[in-house]
Amino acid sequence: MDLHSLTIHDAHELLKNKKISAKELASAVFERIEAVDPVVDAYITRTKEIALSQAEIADKTISSGKMNLLTGIPIAIKDLICTKGVPTTCASKILENFTPPYNATVMNKLNAAGAVMVGKVNMDEFAMGSSTENSGLKITKNPWDLSRVPGGSSGGSAAAVAADMCLGALGSDTGGSIRQPASHCGVVGVKPTYGRVSRFGLVAFASSLDQIGPLTKDVMDAAILLNVISGYDPKDSTSVNTDTPDYRTFLSDDMKGIKIGIPKEYHTSDGVSPDVLSAVKNAMAVFKDAGAELMDISLPHTQYAVAAYYLIAPAEASSNLARYDGVKYGLRDTEPSSLIDMYKATRSKGFGPEVQRRILLGTYALSAGYYDAYYKKASQIRTLIKRDFMQAFDICDVILAPVAPTPAFKIGENVDDPLTMYLSDIFTLSANLAGIPGLSVPCGFSETGLPIGLQLMGTYFDEQRILNAAFLFEQATQFHHKKPHLKIK
Amino acid sequence: MKISKQEVLHVAGLARLNIDESMIDMFADQLGDILEYVKTLDHLDTTGVPPTFHAVDISNAFREDRIKPHLDRNAAVSNAPEEEDGHFIVPKVIE
Repeated sequence: MDLHSLTIHDAHELLKNKKISAKELASAVFERIEAVDPVVDAYITRTKEIALSQAEIADKTISSGKMNLLTGIPIAIKDLICTKGVPTTCASKILENFTPPYNATVMNKLNAAGAVMVGKVNMDEFAMGSSTENSGLKITKNPWDLSRVPGGSSGGSAAAVAADMCLGALGSDTGGSIRQPASHCGVVGVKPTYGRVSRFGLVAFASSLDQIGPLTKDVMDAAILLNVISGYDPKDSTSVNTDTPDYRTFLSDDMKGIKIGIPKEYHTSDGVSPDVLSAVKNAMAVFKDAGAELMDISLPHTQYAVAAYYLIAPAEASSNLARYDGVKYGLRDTEPSSLIDMYKATRSKGFGPEVQRRILLGTYALSAGYYDAYYKKASQIRTLIKRDFMQAFDICDVILAPVAPTPAFKIGENVDDPLTMYLSDIFTLSANLAGIPGLSVPCGFSETGLPIGLQLMGTYFDEQRILNAAFLFEQATQFHHKKPHLKIK
Repeated sequence: MKISKQEVLHVAGLARLNIDESMIDMFADQLGDILEYVKTLDHLDTTGVPPTFHAVDISNAFREDRIKPHLDRNAAVSNAPEEEDGHFIVPKVIE
């Protein structure tokens, strides 16, 4: 039995029945990392010592009979979630030597649940990108085809889960950064409702859009991780004080009478690969056979989402990233003698080209004389996009759409053309603008064997419904059992 | 939309960035392309539509004004490039 390839819930059963120990499980995961990470390059920092000592504690908890579902489970963490005493780089030169003095709330929750931290995984610098190629530290490869990107920005999280280098991972999603890499790597990824999971200790990119969520090998595991990380946190004034249900209890294979909306704006052949179109079409048939009612709907302002997003997100980013000034933490260029010149030299040295591009764009959009034309206009369109969804959810329960227009593209294919890269986010951005939950679940493969994800979106705080739909789909299709064939060194 | 070198340099100054000479033209072209694309928003009349700055309706998250345990001062400055006795050291500000 390959312990590293277990799901969280299967590993839990084995741990509970004392068939394996948490220490054996953690060791198996590190053996796997040593074998395949030299070619995948998902990890920025491996925390083997911490993991083994956490596993030892987990084994004691298990013998005392007080374990829960995450006790002893090896989890990878996107490198923009603050981990006390463990470097948190945001895959940026400017934070390469930053070690947080505190934990993000989600880390406190994972630790309290007895999870084992395997390490910190790669991403696009400050989560800005759709391919993880914008990492200032390394290039992560797609485990299904090493010449291709894993998607992004949570590309390290998705690749680590797909390559069995952890049992589950945390990522963050500002415009699709969990769902798109999950789709490209053939794993499950959930972006919760804005406010469901505390952002305290999540390094901010665009504060009104960012949300932490799980990437896992199946839907049950996503429910388990989401159970642990969800909930109100007084330290995040945007977290919402509402009950978190036990998401596992909603996973059933009954979809009778559930209304699934098919938005015509998302089911277009315009720029969408035939492989994606046919996988999504097959998925619709699966739901129909399961007794769901498919209905045509319209989200008429979809065509404006990319433009609105690429004003709002860079505007918020330009403000959030003002804090990297060479004073409080991170890099400092000591060459200049004046304070202002030190700021400029530090920031220019520390930020990569995509981050600088977005800071420039956001600063432009917020600068005197342009605010109404850009930021305010985009925020008004955000209202219209939100209203589209609210009207749609008056008549349907779940919205079904592709995640990305194409399967994973080649490394280097889109790096010179930022606008083309931005346009590939068309199907995922709207959920962030509206604040609703969305997920990606594997729904097939391209002719060349690349995974394709199906997106399911739900209304506010209705994660249980999309998880249930994804669970049913998974049970009916079994795409999630297919694994990439990695040549092991 | 055309973005001039001067505009790039002006915005870079506001954002406290030095743009390398070799990158100015590239950024000017790319920002121009993106802003041109963003013009599609002008096709939509948004008169009277309130802006959304926050997706979920919560406002004024008040809390009791009470002292709680907080980060130790030395821990707070532990990542500073330069610090002394719990203070951040910066280059001279006043001439």
